[in-house]
Amino acid sequence: MSDTKREQMEFDVLIVGAGPAGLSAAIRLKQLTPSAQICLIEKASEIGAHIVSGAILEPTALNELIDNWKKKSDVFQTPVHHERMFYLLNDNKSISIPILKSLMPQMNNNGNFVVSLGDLCRWLALEAENLGVEIYPGFAGQEVIIEKNCVKGIITGDMGVNKDGNQESNYVPGVELRAKYTLFAEGCRGSLTKKLFKHYALRSNVDPQTYGLGIKELWEIPPNKHMPGYIQHSFGWPLDDHTYGGSWLYHFGKNLVSFGFVLGLDYKNPWLSPFEEMQRAKKHPVIKKHIIGGRRIGFSARALSEGGLQSIPKLTFPGGLLIGDAAGFLNVPKIKGTHTAMKSGMLAAETIAEALITQEIEPISYCLRIRYSWIWHELHQVRNIRPAFAKFGTKAATLYAGFDSMVRGKVPWTLHNRLEDYEKLKAASLCDKPLYKKPDDQLTFDKTSSIFLSNIDHRDTQPVHLKLRNSLIWKTVNWNVFKAPETRYCPAGVYEVLMDNNEPKLQINSQNCIHCKSCDIKDPTQNIDWETPEGGSGPNYSSGM
Amino acid sequence: MKILVPVKRVVDSNIKPLIKTDHSGVEISGIKMSMNPFDENAIEEAVQLKEQGKVDEIVAISIGEPKSQDTLRTALAMGADKAILVSTEHTLESLAVAKVLEYFVIKEKPNLVLMGKQASDDDMNATGQILAARLGWPQGTFVSKLELYSNYVEIIREIDDGQETLKLPLPAIVTTDLRLNEPRYASLPNIMKARKKPVETFVLAELGVDITPRLYIQRLDESSPIREGVIVNSVEELIDKLQNEAKVI
Repeated sequence: MSDTKREQMEFDVLIVGAGPAGLSAAIRLKQLTPSAQICLIEKASEIGAHIVSGAILEPTALNELIDNWKKKSDVFQTPVHHERMFYLLNDNKSISIPILKSLMPQMNNNGNFVVSLGDLCRWLALEAENLGVEIYPGFAGQEVIIEKNCVKGIITGDMGVNKDGNQESNYVPGVELRAKYTLFAEGCRGSLTKKLFKHYALRSNVDPQTYGLGIKELWEIPPNKHMPGYIQHSFGWPLDDHTYGGSWLYHFGKNLVSFGFVLGLDYKNPWLSPFEEMQRAKKHPVIKKHIIGGRRIGFSARALSEGGLQSIPKLTFPGGLLIGDAAGFLNVPKIKGTHTAMKSGMLAAETIAEALITQEIEPISYCLRIRYSWIWHELHQVRNIRPAFAKFGTKAATLYAGFDSMVRGKVPWTLHNRLEDYEKLKAASLCDKPLYKKPDDQLTFDKTSSIFLSNIDHRDTQPVHLKLRNSLIWKTVNWNVFKAPETRYCPAGVYEVLMDNNEPKLQINSQNCIHCKSCDIKDPTQNIDWETPEGGSGPNYSSGM
Repeated sequence: MKILVPVKRVVDSNIKPLIKTDHSGVEISGIKMSMNPFDENAIEEAVQLKEQGKVDEIVAISIGEPKSQDTLRTALAMGADKAILVSTEHTLESLAVAKVLEYFVIKEKPNLVLMGKQASDDDMNATGQILAARLGWPQGTFVSKLELYSNYVEIIREIDDGQETLKLPLPAIVTTDLRLNEPRYASLPNIMKARKKPVETFVLAELGVDITPRLYIQRLDESSPIREGVIVNSVEELIDKLQNEAKVI
């Protein structure tokens, strides 16, 4: 695409991605430097349409960002008021785990809110626009402009290209968005961030990132069953002791229940299906009783970074920096990353506001600001908990986590993660196949009816945005060794094996993609490359998701 | 030459809207809204005519809540010159919309009103026809091809038994079929420029137009799902199924 003549536009600051990190950065920058020209682009068709989270919001960062936030929006109508935690022994029995708030501060949700993170972003976008930030949803960043080893901005994707790569009658070339500084806020496993990791070797001295896949359903339940502010978490069944994950269930808003399941993408059994595990978790009585009789109104999925402190890459490079989950500030035991994402965006804004004056090429002081902020403090406290689950299994790690939390992580050791998630799969022949039952269409569902609720828009004549680097490897590795794990870890049914004269063939239904990024993460040979499709494509998560 | 293009903000065609639990209507709060696809064809055609040098000004108009301004901005980004927002919180039916449009036709004096043949939310397919009747103007509906001349417009209509070619003296009303053209993408630079184009706002209640509804929704239900078909292997099996499963013979 480099030989196309492109329009150019210049800004002081360009932000890629309108999640909590990107929007908080934009707001803080305008507060500090009202005259700065700030452009924010977002690949979703509108703000919030690709945002997935539980979500429980800890308002620490919001307190620092916007005065009187609680009164300014109806996003915060559900404070957390009652909380339970279950260890599920099997499909029927459970143990209620006491939440010792004084001993395990990160488990304490007093003062937090159950929100739709999409709606929070919609509101933050309004706040940002009122301050003069220019926000453009529907435009995806496709390439990073790097000149003389300095990031100068990004190129948005072309529109109106057909499957063969030819221009259609309504073809519009992407534009060059140039800025003094570019902030990458793409969220977990951003496609441009991935290119930056490589170009600037940002991950060379840190642990590999480890990921989770969150799959979520939004339910509308009868008013007499609704308990706004009630939240619960579970772990254990249906996962085995060596697979990390668990469920959340939050009552909030107007008769809404957010139910979801996070599964560590470092799982080993290639037969495992995160989607099916999520479906069968709903059959457990402690979960089922909340949603049975309601109707499912939304479905979404998104990968998240679980590596914590040990996996945070170098955060800056000439011309820009990384914020939010693109860098990986999620606090795993807290199961929260919104507050750290927002705070990182604010610290980045403070750095850039200064850099616009000093004109330093690499905004290096951002790393120090992160290092001396409460983000670092809280991630340091919990740094050993997620790795303990990978090393010791769920039962032993739960005990370890209890101990580690009580001493606030003040132990002389730091546990490390040495392998990438995609290196952990075992051969299919060495693993047991879980028995997943057919959906009942009341409580449990199949992938097709699920993504129907994601309101996917994907012009089907556009080029396939999920590419195999080498199509032959699929047969020799993915099929012969792992029996096509992508057909199971993809929660949207993008990958399908068709038999052609007894010869397996991989079909990629890219129009089903809901942008969770699992395939880019978990493919055993890193043969799948997730690239941004035409701007505005993908799911359209509605308000409440 | 001036063209007026009415545009409507509707539920985006990719969204599967839910019926409200009390069956009074469709839940539209917090879901993605977009320009009615047929109106995109109308804007596209108007912009193409302007690019051919046949049109001097394109005015887009929308009636609805303040958010309809987003739809007008899309029209401006595609190439309309100015926009009119008639602000109201009421949902208007075709007759009322036609009356409001009549008011602005008299005010703006366009030579041609180019509009979607129907809106994808209620599929009424009536506003263009009612507007033509009220103004006493010629109408060309379901148009899939259009040639504009100085004092008439030649159109091809999609009809049951083929295509019909008509000449309409101007001023006229033309409603568009999806086949008319392929609407363009609003490019990023054009979206930026559109934010600086003028949008005139009027309050519907102050115009003195009677919008009293004549239609009432009793109850809204989802259509029952279509059962999946099966392919039978023999006539005997078919007869058996018709007798024992479907119980129709």
